[in-house]
Parts: sequence; C-alpha cells; structure tokens
Amino acid sequence: MIPADTLEAARPEGAPQGGRRARVSATLVVGSVLAGLIALLAVVSLFWLPYPADDTSGGRLAGPGGGHLLGTDKLGRDLFTQVMTGSRIAVEAGLGSVLIAATIGIALGVLAAFAQGWFDDTLSAFLDILIAFPTLLLAMLIVAARSATLGSAVLAIGLAQSAVVARLARILVKRVLTQDYITAARISGTSWPRIVLGHVLPNIWPTLVVNLALQFGLAVLAEAGLSYLGLGAPPPNASWGRMLQEAQATFTTAPAGALAPGVLLVLLVVGVNLVADGLRETLDPATGRRRS
Amino acid sequence: MTFLDVRGLTVRTAEGRVLVDDLSFSVAGGERLGLIGESGSGKSLTTLAVLGLLPSGMTATGSVELAGTQIVGATERALTSVRGRDAAVVFQEPLTALDPLMRVGRQIAEPLARRRGLRGAALRDAVGDMLAQVRLPEPERVSRAFPHEISGGQRQRVALAMALACDPGLLIADEPTTALDVSVQAEMLDLLDSLVRERGMAVIFVSHDLAVVARVTDRALVMKDGRAVETGTVHDLVRSPRAEYTKSLVAGARRLEAALDLRSPR
Repeated sequence: MIPADTLEAARPEGAPQGGRRARVSATLVVGSVLAGLIALLAVVSLFWLPYPADDTSGGRLAGPGGGHLLGTDKLGRDLFTQVMTGSRIAVEAGLGSVLIAATIGIALGVLAAFAQGWFDDTLSAFLDILIAFPTLLLAMLIVAARSATLGSAVLAIGLAQSAVVARLARILVKRVLTQDYITAARISGTSWPRIVLGHVLPNIWPTLVVNLALQFGLAVLAEAGLSYLGLGAPPPNASWGRMLQEAQATFTTAPAGALAPGVLLVLLVVGVNLVADGLRETLDPATGRRRS
Repeated sequence: MTFLDVRGLTVRTAEGRVLVDDLSFSVAGGERLGLIGESGSGKSLTTLAVLGLLPSGMTATGSVELAGTQIVGATERALTSVRGRDAAVVFQEPLTALDPLMRVGRQIAEPLARRRGLRGAALRDAVGDMLAQVRLPEPERVSRAFPHEISGGQRQRVALAMALACDPGLLIADEPTTALDVSVQAEMLDLLDSLVRERGMAVIFVSHDLAVVARVTDRALVMKDGRAVETGTVHDLVRSPRAEYTKSLVAGARRLEAALDLRSPR
C-alpha cells in the first residue's frame, strides 16, 4: 500500500536541505486549492445547507436548475445538499483515519525500530499480517461488532492504515538511528526519549507527512467504498459513496446524481495527492537543489 | 598512568563473524595513538567498542578499561556517565555528524547542558566560546545556521566543538579529515593538535593515511582484517616497517610524497 515513490522521497539524512526556503511549488498550490474548495464546502455545510437533509419537496429526479442547483435524487432530496454533507463526511473520514493512523502508526513504528530479537520479529510479522488483511473485511468485522456508523468506518480505515504508517516509520527510524549525530547525542549524554523527540521525529517527519497526505486520499476513497456497500455513515447523512450507489439505477436518466459525488470525490483525492506531491518537492533536498 | 587499557578485545557479528580479533593496546593520559588500516580493518569498530556503542547485534568480548571503568558488559546507565566525560568522538563524515534539522548552536549546547549542567545565558556564552575555540568565523551566524548552510570544514569544526564540549579525557578522532579538501585538512589537523595540547587530552587518531597519522601522533597501531599487525612509534614504523602490510603502506605514502614533491618543489 506504500507507493514506491514515497520511500524514494525519503530525505537522505544529512543532505543539505535546500527546500526550506525554496519557492512554493505549483503542484502544492493547485492541490491546496482543489482540496481547499472541498474543505470549504464541508465547513459551510456545518452551518448552512440549502435544504434539510430529509426535505423531499423538490419532486423525484428533477434535473438541475430551478430551486435545485444539481437537481434531486429518486426520493426528491436536493443533490447539492447531499453533496455538501458528503464532503463533510469525506473530510471527516480522511482526517479521522489519518489521525488514528498517525498516532498508532508512529508510536508502533518507533517501538518496532527499537525492538530487538524476537519482539522485533513478532511486531514486524504482526504489521505484515495487518497490511495483508483486507480493509474491507476489517471494516465488516468492526461494523458487526459495533454498528454501521462513520466512526466504525473511520476506525477500520485508520487501523488498517496505521500498519502501513508503522512499517514506514520503523524503516525511517531505523535509518536515522544509524546516523552519526545520534551516536554523538548519546555521547553527549542525551537520554533516549530526548533523542527520539529532538532528533529522530523531526528527521523522519518530512517523509511521514508526505505519506500521511497520501493516506488521507486513500482514506477518502476507502470511506466512499465502504459507504457504497452500506458500511459507512447511515442515512440521512449522505456520503458520496452511498450517493453513487443510490444513483446507480437511474444513471442513464438522471446522471447528475452519480456525476456530482463522483466528480467531487475525484477533485478531493487528486487535490490531496497533489498536495502530497508538492510537499515532497518542497521537502526533498534533491529537487530543492535543482530549483535553487 | 594508563587511561585506556584494551586487552583481548574481540568484536563479533550476530552470526559469529569475527571483525576485531584479540586486539590489545593501551593509551596513557595525554598520550596520542594512531590507528592505521584500510577500510574494513576494524579500526572504527574498535573505537565504538571503547565507548560501548557497537551497532546492535554486535558483541564485544575481552576487556576495555576506560578511566578505570570496565566497558565490556557494562549497563547502559553506567556507560552514559562514562561517555563524553571520559571519551568523545569526532566522526568521519561531516554530513552525518550533525543533525540536519537542528541549528548548530543548539547541537553544541546539548553536551554543554548535559555534561556541565549549564543553562540560559551561561549556556549561550559557553556555546559562543566553543565556536570561537574551534576558530569559526562569525560565531553568531554559525550558531544560528543549519548544518547545510555552512561548509564541510566548518561542520567538522562544529563536530569537534561538540566533542570538546564534553571535556573528555580521551578524544577519539575517526578519520576526521578524510572527507575534507587537502588544504582544509591541514588546518583541521593543526586545530585539533593545538586544542588537544592545551587540554592535555589523550587522542586516538584513526586514519587510513599514514602521512596524516604521522602529523598528529607519536605512536601507531597498524590494523588489518581486525588484527593488530604492528605497533611502534610512527618514526620506527616509517623508517623500518617489519610487517609486509606496513611496508606497503609506507611505500604507498612515499610514492605519493614523491609525486607531490615533483609538483611543488620546496
């Protein structure tokens, strides 16, 4: 699940870091604008929606125009309202999953990097199994144990991703630990917790941030997938995934119902991936040098 | 008085491969010893073993007594109090010896705060003092710079300042000039020489370059494949090398010197 280029982007520790003051990349700007638009939609939906979520006054499958910007669905609910709610749920799913993945993943990764012998082997094997374990199956198990809510979906996605983050963090930490400046810090009498906080985490952070941005996009897609299968947020909260599923039958007669959430989903994921790429360009010393 | 006494030091990998084989030497207080050998001869591992800093998986057997403390088999807690106070290291690669994301001043402050308990203004003054001692121009600017913003030679001076900040009885210099330009190399060696002399520190100078070792130390130990091949004063080693390996080292150094003499007649 870790794209190969994330690892390559890992900053060679100690290499001059030209990126700090390099100009902001165009990729980063475009990505931020795209993701920002969706985020704006999500924030606005918290305070204002064109129609209440269960308002069916618009008539079934009305086309765009009239009182409804994007038209209505087969139950007569306003599509734009649903799309706005869906963007909130998508952003929440992304943030929640990444938060869980980052917290558990980094903690586990650092632990694994320091682990020795059988503990190291066990932890690595456990992470590999968790990565190989299908997110969908994990989500179904969690939904079965709890109930089909956004929280269950986010928990499933976050747990699955924390294994990916942990494995990346473990490699990064291990590599930083071999650096001379860590040995120098030990000679200076710096304690391990201080070394981790002061030297290790700052040095693995750039690579981790890029990966977490990518994980955000993947989490949004995963949530849409789970909602499509009915394992995400329950009605009347519209999730893009469920909108796609509901609009499937009427796609030929009223395409707006499927196109609207589909396009927004693509915009958000592409935007976030562009942000990740932009961050990589800004944080990677190799590209930084080329530009400066 | 013997400051460092190494007896029968053997370093093995987790698989049992022997990397340093039954090595014995000693360094008296204020004495300078050169460790000469090609890469892979075990000289760097030997210096790490002296501080109990072997990479994980490697084990040391034998005896390493540093300022009266047995290092082999010592607990991490015991080692923490010995490291820095009794011995500190300057590493080969100025690129990796400093944390790329931490300002130079803070990195020098770390050992000063830990080892000498300095805080606040006293700490800031001590950092400036250390930078001035290693003769860095504009200590103010260097102190605020990130490692990539200063040159390789300057970085190595900072690394030296960090090692000296611990005020150790023994300074281990692990090829401190190998990664530098020849002209910068000479400056660095002179600086190291004078700073160590002022403090009366013992030095272990690790290098593959006989000429560099001859410049700094009086006595040298020649290593090959983890074993001590020959030991003696640098003068004797150069004048009358006994081991085949030392002979080839000396011949190599001579050839280089001859080539240099041809280019720059004195």
